[in-house]
Amino acid sequence: MDKFTTLHGVAAPLPLINVDTDMIIPKQFLKTIKREGLGVNLFDEMRYDDDGKEIPTFVLNQPAYRDAEILVAGDNFGCGSSREHAPWAIKDFGIRCVIATSFADIFFNNCFKNGILPIALPQEQVDLLMKDAEKGSNARMTVDLENQQITTSDGETIAFEVDSFRKHCLIEGLDDIGLTLAKAPAIEAFEQQIAQARPWV
Amino acid sequence: MAGKTLYDKIWDAHLVDESEDGSSLLYIDRHLVHEVTSPQAFEGLRMAGRTVRAPGQTIAVPDHNVPTWEDRAKGIENEESRIQVEALDTNAKEFGIHYYPVSDVRQGIVHIIGPEQGWTLPGMTVVCGDSHTATHGAFGALAHGIGTSEVEHVLATQTLIQQKSKNMKVEITGQLLPGVTAKDIVLSIIARTGTAGGTGYVIEYCGEAIRALSMEGRMTICNMAIEGGARAGLIAPDETTYEYVKGRPHAPKAAQWEAAMSWWKTLFSDDDAQWDKVVTLKGEEIAPTVTWGTSPEDALPITATVPSPDDFTGGKVAAVKRALDYMGLTAGTPLNEIEIDTVFIGSCTNGRIEDLRAAAAILKGKKIAVKRAMVVPGSGLVRAQAEEEGLADIFKEAGFEWRMAGCSMCLAMNPDQLAPGERCAATSNRNFEGRQGRGGRTHLMSPAMAAAAAISGRLTDVREITAPELV
Ligand code: SF4
Repeated sequence: MDKFTTLHGVAAPLPLINVDTDMIIPKQFLKTIKREGLGVNLFDEMRYDDDGKEIPTFVLNQPAYRDAEILVAGDNFGCGSSREHAPWAIKDFGIRCVIATSFADIFFNNCFKNGILPIALPQEQVDLLMKDAEKGSNARMTVDLENQQITTSDGETIAFEVDSFRKHCLIEGLDDIGLTLAKAPAIEAFEQQIAQARPWV
Repeated sequence: MAGKTLYDKIWDAHLVDESEDGSSLLYIDRHLVHEVTSPQAFEGLRMAGRTVRAPGQTIAVPDHNVPTWEDRAKGIENEESRIQVEALDTNAKEFGIHYYPVSDVRQGIVHIIGPEQGWTLPGMTVVCGDSHTATHGAFGALAHGIGTSEVEHVLATQTLIQQKSKNMKVEITGQLLPGVTAKDIVLSIIARTGTAGGTGYVIEYCGEAIRALSMEGRMTICNMAIEGGARAGLIAPDETTYEYVKGRPHAPKAAQWEAAMSWWKTLFSDDDAQWDKVVTLKGEEIAPTVTWGTSPEDALPITATVPSPDDFTGGKVAAVKRALDYMGLTAGTPLNEIEIDTVFIGSCTNGRIEDLRAAAAILKGKKIAVKRAMVVPGSGLVRAQAEEEGLADIFKEAGFEWRMAGCSMCLAMNPDQLAPGERCAATSNRNFEGRQGRGGRTHLMSPAMAAAAAISGRLTDVREITAPELV
């Protein structure tokens, strides 16, 4: 997995609540058997019209935000399905950090597995970052995972929380299957125990 | 010490390892797999030279992409869909996991066939790369959706790294009135708590109205726990559960059945268990419910009118404006005047035999007044049973298309889709923008309500329709 340490980039404002996984990546793009290449279809139905032409008003189609690396959004971001295609599409577009007031559980979890940092903050702070993001390409934010701090383009700082295990995995770029396989003896012991206690499993 | 919730008990029984940082390693009893969220996981295993740790506990079925027309044996036209299904065929064979191919009568929606085949049992941990895995919670199993990286993790290790959720209790007291079903309960709950109300929680549904539900109804409720933000929903097992499970192909038999029963009977929340959040609804106050917007929380009794953005506050004002625009609705319109052109009965929410019976009871001897109506049984076995019971004939005579099993128009990854602007009465679980096809408009409701809408051509209060079986 790609490491995540410090990110310095343009933040795109998406002031919508309940942005669901069908909006992030509509189902017609779930037919791939790869993880890459979904970035062009990120937010497909908001980004392109019926003829496949870009809708100029959509934030990621505006010159200032085409290379955004951070996304600022409203409540309950990523609700809906478990499709990991949603974080894959976000990452493939180039976004490595999503900031919102709250996230849906599965999406939140999927982000960490793909080197994306989701940050939940109180409304006032998201409002402040949203304003900063609206300034366009000159307004670069910094997200420092090590120190758990966001710096706005004006130099204002906001602290954020992150689970210590997940932080460690992101910073080191760790694959958690490898970590778990190191615990194989514990898994084996557990399997022997349930073979006795719950043989029907 | 305080008592334990059902969730606490299942959690404790599956804890392999606990780290100081609060993350736990949880053992997974059943891993269900479908074609959309698994190819990258199997590919990952292959690239790392890993195997499936417990192939006997891993069950795969293609459901999302498969066409549901009768001559589908001819193959899948869409190339990408075909490749995905073929990839599952190959992966299942190569890694030696249980497999129900499209040609097998037992094939169907993954969340319908798990319980049907007796793979899902009380007290188990069940995962699948699909958010509606919550369905299996109806058996008192801790069941939730996972992403593809986690699918790979479970394939390789039969465990999952987890943080423990909080406990939420949703109690439905009293009894349901005639015409009101499990779907109306769960839509009412989500309307009350919001789609993020359950985020961070595992919900246990309890109360007299829940106890009175069949397993089918309980599955409908737990299926939509995720729509309320909770990763998992639970209902404590009881006689109804045991009755359903007994004799299923993969349910325990003889002495093992007895042993299992004695453990299952301990699976309930203790009286002095601690809850982080409690929500109570009165069964009598729940009416047949439909959604009007593009989020499952946008649900109201059928007797209500389309709300106005002014009725809301915060971010919801803009969201409702956008939803009404997308749905082509005007505030103040009575819900039962909204005309529809399509009806879809099926999905893992309402594609079981009882759902088809409820719809058929309304449709008997009637004709549809919509452009298109389809029934898609949740599994080949549900389809066979419905044919045997004469339900298929009722649907066909009413003008419904009688389909093969699959996800179908629930998410329109297959050929079954709405055209832009088409309005559908659907028994599925998501009314998101574009869910049933780009520009398609979805109203969620129970099978009986969808059947009522089919014969009147508009959203309809099922209580206006006289059906002898409607009790
Ligand atoms: S029926 Fe719908 S919700 Fe259920 S698994 Fe299929 S696509 Fe998902």
